[in-house]
Amino acid sequence: MTPETKHLEVILDTHVESVNLAEEMCLRVAEAVGFSEDECYRIGMSVREGVINAFHYGNQEKPSKKIHLALDLTQEKMIIHVMDEGKGFKLSDVPDPLAEENLLSTSGRGIFLMRTFMDEFDVVPGRTGGAEIIMSKKFPAGGKASGNGNHGNTSSDAAPKQEA
Amino acid sequence: MPALFLTLREVGPITIVDLSGRISLGEGSALLRKTIRDLLETGQIKILLNLGDVNYIDSSGIGELVSAFTAVRNRSGELKLLNLTKKVHDLLQITKLFTVFDVYNDETTAVRSYQ
Repeated sequence: MTPETKHLEVILDTHVESVNLAEEMCLRVAEAVGFSEDECYRIGMSVREGVINAFHYGNQEKPSKKIHLALDLTQEKMIIHVMDEGKGFKLSDVPDPLAEENLLSTSGRGIFLMRTFMDEFDVVPGRTGGAEIIMSKKFPAGGKASGNGNHGNTSSDAAPKQEA
Repeated sequence: MPALFLTLREVGPITIVDLSGRISLGEGSALLRKTIRDLLETGQIKILLNLGDVNYIDSSGIGELVSAFTAVRNRSGELKLLNLTKKVHDLLQITKLFTVFDVYNDETTAVRSYQ
């Protein structure tokens, strides 16, 4: 993390309400740093899908496990990390929801939506033992977003972790 | 964040479900699931979901729509969609579900389309 990067991290319970909480938190940050309404929708949806993935597939809805959500604001983009405490997974093992045989599947579209809505998307082994989803959205016009976020102007260490 | 609200009305043999709010993980998806199950249990197999006031659907909500579609079809019924908002329309397009569902912009036309 460079001195220009701002970092925020929260630990969420494995609970349905954490999905809404994570979405609202990231939406507020996205709005504050100047993303458009459409981009905020895409960011919010992606965070939602990432946390649903951690809640349902990663932590298998076990209350004893936690969901770790982190945001980095660099000069160029907003980076979102969603980590679970599950067993991890490979992107190559995720079925294509657009394949004819999967169109009527009742699940399996979350990864696709995150990939579609964000500029960058990847899944790696996380430091929490499970999967870590890393996705980012570049600020408008390839530079700093407008708004009152003031990201990139001051150095900031990691914020204290909050238990949600 | 607003929950999902819905009301039911009947036009001949067709049940129109007017929905408003969010169809998302949790109460929204659960309410839609229960409503469809209750309708099927009472023999209502011609269902029109009016999504005109649904401003948000996540992957869980999409899954619930697909589940409803197949559940109704398995009873030899028809589930169709009415009045998609732009966000819902776009979401169904990128997930290729727009070609799966029968979608209408006009209630009269939608009602007439049932066998």
